[in-house]
Amino acid sequence: MNDVWQANWSMMTPEWIVLAAAIVLLLIDLVMPKERSRRPLAWGAAAGAVLALIATAAMIPADPVSILHDTFRLDGFAKAFKLILLAGGALALLLVAEWEPKEGSHYRGEFAYMMLFALLGAMMTASSGDLLTLFVSIELLTVSSYVLAGLRKTATASNEAALKYVINGGIATAIMLFGMSYVFGLTGTTNLGDIARELQETNEPYMLALAFLLLLIGVSFKLATVPFHMWAPDVYEGAPVPATAFFSVVSKTAGFVLLLRLFVTIFAAAPAEGRDPSSLLLSMQPVITVLAGLTMIIGNVVALRQRSLKRLLAYSSIAHAGYLLAGFAAMSWAMIDSLWIYLLAYVFMNIGAFAIVAHIVNETGSDDLAGLAGLYRHRPLLAAALGLFLLSLAGIPGTAGFIAKFYLFIGLVVTEPGHYVLATVMAVTTVVSYVYYFNLLVQLFFRPASLAPLRRLPAGLSTAVVLCALGTLAIGWVPDLAYDVLAQFGHFGDFLP
Amino acid sequence: MSFLSLLVFSPLLGIILLAFVRRTDTKTIQWLGTAATVPPLLLALFAFIRSGSGFRLEQLDESYDWVRLANLPFFTDAAYVIRYELGIDGLSLLFIVLTAVLGTLAAVASLLIKVEKKGYFMWLLALEIGMLGVFAAANFIWFFLFLEVTLVAMFLLVGKWGGFERERAAYGYLLYNGLGSALLLVVIAVLVARTGTANFALLHETLHNPVAEGQLIAPLTAEARYWLLGGLLLAFAVKLPAVPLHRWLVRVHVEAPPPVVMLHAGVLLKIATYGMIRFGIGLFPDEFRAFAGAIAVLGVINILYGALLALRQRELKHVLAYSSVSHMGVVLVGLGALNEAGIQGAVFQSVAHGLIAALSFLLVGVLANRIGTTDIHRLGGLAKAMPIFSGYLLTAALALLGLPGLAGFVGELTAFLGLFETKPALAAAGALGLIFAAVYSLRAILDITFGHTRERYESTLGLRGAKESAASVSEPRVIDLQAKEAVPAFVLVALIVAVGVYPQLLAEPLATVLETMMNGLGG
Repeated sequence: MNDVWQANWSMMTPEWIVLAAAIVLLLIDLVMPKERSRRPLAWGAAAGAVLALIATAAMIPADPVSILHDTFRLDGFAKAFKLILLAGGALALLLVAEWEPKEGSHYRGEFAYMMLFALLGAMMTASSGDLLTLFVSIELLTVSSYVLAGLRKTATASNEAALKYVINGGIATAIMLFGMSYVFGLTGTTNLGDIARELQETNEPYMLALAFLLLLIGVSFKLATVPFHMWAPDVYEGAPVPATAFFSVVSKTAGFVLLLRLFVTIFAAAPAEGRDPSSLLLSMQPVITVLAGLTMIIGNVVALRQRSLKRLLAYSSIAHAGYLLAGFAAMSWAMIDSLWIYLLAYVFMNIGAFAIVAHIVNETGSDDLAGLAGLYRHRPLLAAALGLFLLSLAGIPGTAGFIAKFYLFIGLVVTEPGHYVLATVMAVTTVVSYVYYFNLLVQLFFRPASLAPLRRLPAGLSTAVVLCALGTLAIGWVPDLAYDVLAQFGHFGDFLP
Repeated sequence: MSFLSLLVFSPLLGIILLAFVRRTDTKTIQWLGTAATVPPLLLALFAFIRSGSGFRLEQLDESYDWVRLANLPFFTDAAYVIRYELGIDGLSLLFIVLTAVLGTLAAVASLLIKVEKKGYFMWLLALEIGMLGVFAAANFIWFFLFLEVTLVAMFLLVGKWGGFERERAAYGYLLYNGLGSALLLVVIAVLVARTGTANFALLHETLHNPVAEGQLIAPLTAEARYWLLGGLLLAFAVKLPAVPLHRWLVRVHVEAPPPVVMLHAGVLLKIATYGMIRFGIGLFPDEFRAFAGAIAVLGVINILYGALLALRQRELKHVLAYSSVSHMGVVLVGLGALNEAGIQGAVFQSVAHGLIAALSFLLVGVLANRIGTTDIHRLGGLAKAMPIFSGYLLTAALALLGLPGLAGFVGELTAFLGLFETKPALAAAGALGLIFAAVYSLRAILDITFGHTRERYESTLGLRGAKESAASVSEPRVIDLQAKEAVPAFVLVALIVAVGVYPQLLAEPLATVLETMMNGLGG
């Protein structure tokens, strides 16, 4: 019990802030008169996330520490990814503030604090140094996400999304837990560092490979990568737009955090069968490579045929998960760096796009891509901003998307033998993605307006759009802004426990 | 602000000012859009003239820190630092001058554009920034960045302001060129990843004396170099374009608004020449030898195929599109020869074709505007109705077929001289294409200017006449070239003649570049 009292709890300041904000908002929501608008609650939640972001940024120079027997670590990796998670969460909360579904926004309060709880789960995942905390925190994220998906109680699509999410997510969780049980069985410990050390001595390559595959399936569900991506389009389409934005950015980042924490720590040390590629992770590299390639191909090709903006962005987010997985499959020294840069760029460009989609869905009640037609006529600045986000998602230079994608490319080819095939697949599927992103540009700029002009963007959305546009442009033109932050983590030298 | 940055980004000022002009104020837009292309023109001409009088272009180099991609303890400080670098030599200067000249002329020719003029000029200026930047960039990342600016700008210009099938043409352009760019990006990524630099000069150095930077950078194997060069050449073959990758070009030539085609045929295709010389021969001289034969053969195929198809076309834009394919074949022939004359010929031909294609499309734009068709079979006897126009058209045709004393002749002659030196049989076959060029260009132009009568298109004119007569009876039925259109045409003809009579104009700035290049090839 002594540990608990003597632990250095201050290193969890960002988590405390988010937790406190969530609880306070929950209580306010409880006592607030029913007819009062819940919009300030969402703004409060966003402020909480920003506060936590500042707290995290203030802790960057600190040395890596861990508490409670290494279950909670605050190393460079945790800090770096918390920055992304908090930035994404804060921006998504701005979308919540302006969420206006047809049936009324009675649940905005719940929306805000459930999102904070989900964000808390994601943050804890980044700091976990133990299978138990890792599992509990990722489940906090997932279970909160189920609620977010089904928040529109009276809308069938929302209910369907939540149900599909629960069923698929439940299966994934079970499989992942099953895989963890094998790892525990082989090593007798749940601490990631101890597991790594124990595994160096074990000689059970087949059991370990089985554990690896089960964990990979579980993580693959969370990341929505092929072949476990099918749930994503349905959930993304049915869930409220701010929740979709949150899933596509924060949940995805958390998924990659989980992937890195689990696989790099545990399996990079484990010996492989035959002992030729020096570790199990390297011997499994071909599997991940193929999955990454398939994810890019399927995500991009299926996106070509979508008419719904949300589904289109869902497939596009599958494709982006594919690019990221390719960066992981490369397993070069630039791996974590390139994923961090990409996810950071992805926060800005994707939430920016979703913010504008949210406005269109609010105004027209539909998310058909014809809703974009002629936007340039009435709202040239809004159209220009969306154009910027789309170009960035397509990876056109002058935007964050290009810088991030270029770094992934470098990671793919920097080692010998390079992953030239995967790099080529990435390049070609990027060109495929041009077709659907530019198709949206055609809608924006070429088509005559078919609908009544949209109203002005409300404050929350315009704040989100401006911040995202600034971020996208800044990383695109002055990439050192992002790379300087990254450099402070020293290429994550303290990642392995 | 430094000279080159100013040169490249000065049209940006025009874009910003245009944003504040009302959409309906077309006069101001036209005026402002044209004026914005003048600063780069003046600066480019200034640099060109100064370099003629012994000014060393290296003094214009600029370089600023941009991004440090990685900072691992076992790398040197300079590794993985990408800088913002611009720098030109004689080769880039020629293309920059070409771009600046055609940029201004295309802006003047954009008088013909009537709808959404504001957006049109903003993107036209963006296109010009991209093109200038491509030639001024001194490292691969910035080269690529500017290249993609041209991709987006062209997509929007073709897709929004083009003809009937404009969106199809725009997507064709996007996909072909996107694939070319994607391939190029992979090559660039490999080069940057394995050498730790994107700067052309440093890359050249590192590729030729590989130094152990740290055990985590794997040096490039000999085999990998061939693949890289192959990828580069393929990427630029799409953009040139080489047969069979030319379909997109035909569509763009036909569908894009004529002033945009002036820039597209005049400058954008030449980025491929520039890329093949700068990166292909510049970075991989030894490996390039292995590809030279294939390039020359491709070049001859381009010449013959383009010329034969041009013979069969009914539509003037198609004739010109296939003649572009044919003429870009001459560039390949010159590069395939891989000797001084050949490379010089490739550059001459690029500049010459840039000027000639721009002149042709300037006139095509006028024709489409006046008569409403560019179908050869529906035109005829224009010499009477539009004598000045017909004179210019004939000049363009003569330049196109390579009449001595005009620019086209210089390029073709030098390129083929190069190839005759190394591969005489192939050169003889390719020279056949030059005869076809005479046939197709004269056939098309003579049909239009002299031909039979105007009966064949009288219906079109009649319709127009009827409409116009309601407005004003005194107006003539077909208006000849007006002063505003004649000025750019005259400038182009003057340049075509100047290059044709005094090719030293191009040869002088090229001399030092070629010398270094031949040293690389010889060594």
